[in-house]
Amino acid sequence: MSNTENRRPETGAFFQRDRDWHPPAFAPGYKTSVLRSPQKALLSLDNTISEITGPVFGHSILGELDNDLIYNFAKAGESAIGERIIVHGRVLDERGRAVPGALLEFWQANAGGRYRHKKESYLAALDPNFGGCGRTITDEDGRYCFRTIRPGAYPWPNGVNDWRPAHIHFSIFGHGFAQRLITQMYFEGDPMIWKCPIVGTIPDRRAIEQLIAPLDWASTIPMDARAYKFDIVLRGRRSTFFENRPEGN
Amino acid sequence: MVQDLGYLKETASQTAGPYVHIGLTPNFGGIAGVYERDLGSSMVNDETLGERITVTGRVIDGAGAPLKDAVIEIWQADATGLYNSPSEMRGAADPNFTGWGRCPTSAEDGTFAFETIKPGRIPFKDGRLMAPHISVWVVARGINIGLHTRLYFPDEGTANAEDPLLQRIEHRHRAETLVAGGQAPNYVFDIHLQGEKETVFLDI
Repeated sequence: MSNTENRRPETGAFFQRDRDWHPPAFAPGYKTSVLRSPQKALLSLDNTISEITGPVFGHSILGELDNDLIYNFAKAGESAIGERIIVHGRVLDERGRAVPGALLEFWQANAGGRYRHKKESYLAALDPNFGGCGRTITDEDGRYCFRTIRPGAYPWPNGVNDWRPAHIHFSIFGHGFAQRLITQMYFEGDPMIWKCPIVGTIPDRRAIEQLIAPLDWASTIPMDARAYKFDIVLRGRRSTFFENRPEGN
Repeated sequence: MVQDLGYLKETASQTAGPYVHIGLTPNFGGIAGVYERDLGSSMVNDETLGERITVTGRVIDGAGAPLKDAVIEIWQADATGLYNSPSEMRGAADPNFTGWGRCPTSAEDGTFAFETIKPGRIPFKDGRLMAPHISVWVVARGINIGLHTRLYFPDEGTANAEDPLLQRIEHRHRAETLVAGGQAPNYVFDIHLQGEKETVFLDI
């Protein structure tokens, strides 16, 4: 673990989470949430050092193909089957500041909607050259990118005929443990998005739209891969106006 | 009209889903050869200072069944109460201790296990010392936004009694849900998502 930025680290408390923007714990349209949601109120706590700090990972943990899902599980000379895409974007905080050194981990199904997981029994075939995991760390400007194949939709046992839209799962570390976030990215124009009970756990349509990555024609690589741009916003830090902090506001 | 405050909205959370292991612990999940080892699987080495402990436990749903598809992350200070983080301004933490660990619950019985050290005490905002604690974060299928809680130690009665967070729990019997069972050096921390024994979760 190392500090990847030259500027002075921020030490303020994080903005409160807007829990009307995030999905509630209990969202019965997504059946598994019924028994896995706390029923009592959360205990609110302004951040202490325990929440303000968090692990930061150096680029040294990364292997050469960690951000290339087309090749990181493939046999030599082979590659994953599917629509080749680049996913890229920036990690920002709520104040619009870049978050450098943020570890992003992502996972997804293959082009047919099949996950490489022992509990997965969907009859679509595994791709012998696709594992489905990747990771990267944002640069000084908060930028990241990875290459993959566009995942397929897949059915799941919730309602009788529920299908997940094509999606990529993201896990993001900022600089504080209170910023820890897991979310899902969806693809522009996918009609499945608006039928999905998991998407539907989010009460505000604008919050859902923030999870939909637009096709980024400008970044598409001709004769190779299309691009989707997905920016991620983590909690911002409060300026510590009146806490006795030498670095000031 | 007035000026727009100009803040962005935080990206909304979504569940980690049942296949979270593919992304966070691929070796555990049966995907070998992409990463050398799963991140967060080891917090200590031979040089780490402090009292070695293990923390095991389960995450239990509202029907009493353990979750066999959850992932737990923990974050804690070193033995002297310093965090291994760039935002730690009070001094340099033990370089042989990461402070962060990640463990999936077992597909067989739903247990998780961390080998770590007992953390030192850390000041609250007003300077009072908090009792030794470990921050815990739980994600799984069916959990729409990661759940934060804290583990405190059963053999720290005096420190726990003066801990500012534990003191804020209005229903006193619920404070016990944050105190691990077992005894040194093997602590047991079961997390109850729902119901009578529901763990206190935090909005931090």
